[in-house]
Amino acid sequence: MKVIWIIAKRELKSFFDSLTAYIMLIIFLGLSGFFTWLYGSDVFLVGQASLQSFFAVAYWTLFFFTPAITMRTIAEEKRTGTIELILTKSVSDWQLIVGKYLACLMLIGVALLSTLPFYFTLTNIGPVDHGAVICGYLGLLLMSSAYISIGIFSSCITNNQIVSFLLSLLIGVFFLIIFQALSSNFTGVIGSILSYLSISDHYQSLSRGVIDSRDIIYFVSITVFALMMAESYLIRRNLSEK
Amino acid sequence: MDISVDGLTKYYDVQKAVDDISFTVKTGEILGFLGPNGAGKTTTMKILTCYIAASAGNVTIGSNNVKDDQEIIKKSIGYLPENNPLYTEMPVMEYLAYVAELQGVSASMMRERLGEMIRVCGLNEEKHKKIEELSKGYRQRVGLAQAMIHDPEILILDEPTSGLDPNQIVQIRELIKSLGKEKTVILSTHILPEVEATCDRILIINKGSIVADGTADTLRKQAQGQELLTVKIEGGTGDQVIKALQEIDTVQMVEPINKDNLTLTIQSKAEATSVKAIFDLCVAKKWYLMQLTPLETRLEDIFRDLTLN
Repeated sequence: MKVIWIIAKRELKSFFDSLTAYIMLIIFLGLSGFFTWLYGSDVFLVGQASLQSFFAVAYWTLFFFTPAITMRTIAEEKRTGTIELILTKSVSDWQLIVGKYLACLMLIGVALLSTLPFYFTLTNIGPVDHGAVICGYLGLLLMSSAYISIGIFSSCITNNQIVSFLLSLLIGVFFLIIFQALSSNFTGVIGSILSYLSISDHYQSLSRGVIDSRDIIYFVSITVFALMMAESYLIRRNLSEK
Repeated sequence: MDISVDGLTKYYDVQKAVDDISFTVKTGEILGFLGPNGAGKTTTMKILTCYIAASAGNVTIGSNNVKDDQEIIKKSIGYLPENNPLYTEMPVMEYLAYVAELQGVSASMMRERLGEMIRVCGLNEEKHKKIEELSKGYRQRVGLAQAMIHDPEILILDEPTSGLDPNQIVQIRELIKSLGKEKTVILSTHILPEVEATCDRILIINKGSIVADGTADTLRKQAQGQELLTVKIEGGTGDQVIKALQEIDTVQMVEPINKDNLTLTIQSKAEATSVKAIFDLCVAKKWYLMQLTPLETRLEDIFRDLTLN
């Protein structure tokens, strides 16, 4: 656990040392602020003191930004060879992956925290359903966690950041759109499995303020599964074949 | 901590990178790994450091096996990988502290170890710079520093002196030598004089197999077999001298290099030396012995012989 924390700390710091973190924060805040307050079905158009419009925007912005954060995690280490350096220290493959995952999650956490002024502004405008807001943030965090682990898995597969970025978008699109679209064409078990796999249902019920253990289990299991896939991909070199 | 490698084999897909090699290294020994590019040196080192798994064979480090006790082994090894990869966006001190923390250096020892590494590797003036701002030689020193930061019992160095200036090379060799007294060191290099200068034992590896194993001296003896001397004599005529030399019991062959000033190559019979006899002969005949040099087979020649075919 200590090792994971040491790695996560360094990774988070390296996000802020390079411009990655700042650019990501500015674009995320800019986009979500723009669509929450100024444009489209913003807060004033809806006419309710709710963050629904923010949650709807963040649903998409995070879909694009998470791969941008995760794309370099392992791919860059593979390209420069530092992966050999770190994995010959007393660090296991799993610790490295979880450390990277935590760092990305913390960065998303910082991004979400920086939208708290939206919430405070809203409380001054009208009565806010605090529970729904907390649930919405929880939903965003859980969804990001799933995207991050998918992103880290894609990053393990290649040593090219662009490939990793595109691959995680591709996998993401399945969960975001394709499973949903397919499910309407199937009936019975296949249809309900596909529908269960789609992110949007789970996210929407959370962002409306309904905490259902099935939704939480869904996001957590995607996260764990993708991280385990990432580890099994990374550790292949260190398993004697045959 | 002793390292013992037994029947190590590694395939990359169908290509055999390491082919059934076995050797042991004892504490206090510096082993030099020599071989042409692609001979399997780096692969072997990667297996020893638990980075990749062997296809077959056994590696035991201390009392631990690389298959089962990776955590313990990784802690007791300091490794400088090939091409010296580093987190270049980090400042030197921060990077070393990070590695030290990962390797379990306690907070109370941290300052002391960092200071020691900065001093030993001559990084004092560069310690606050980012690694990407450093020259190749300084990066190499950072690579060495991170390998030694937790005072490991085993050091595995893949081309430790590449990119260093001559002064630094001498310093690093001295350092490795002094470390080698109580630790187990394996280093690989292309620079042959370096092996002679630093290593107690040499392992030449070619196409995945060990082709020679021994000290520089034993390798030379094996390769050479018979004593070769270059001799220059004045005060006698050519034929007279050559004839007299050929009559010495231990001399097998006399071959003139230059007949005018009587420079000759003398080959002794197997396991015999003719140095004293030649000297005595010159004294008896009142010739002047201007030169008497043993002709050593250079390590380069041995290396070429063993790895070219």
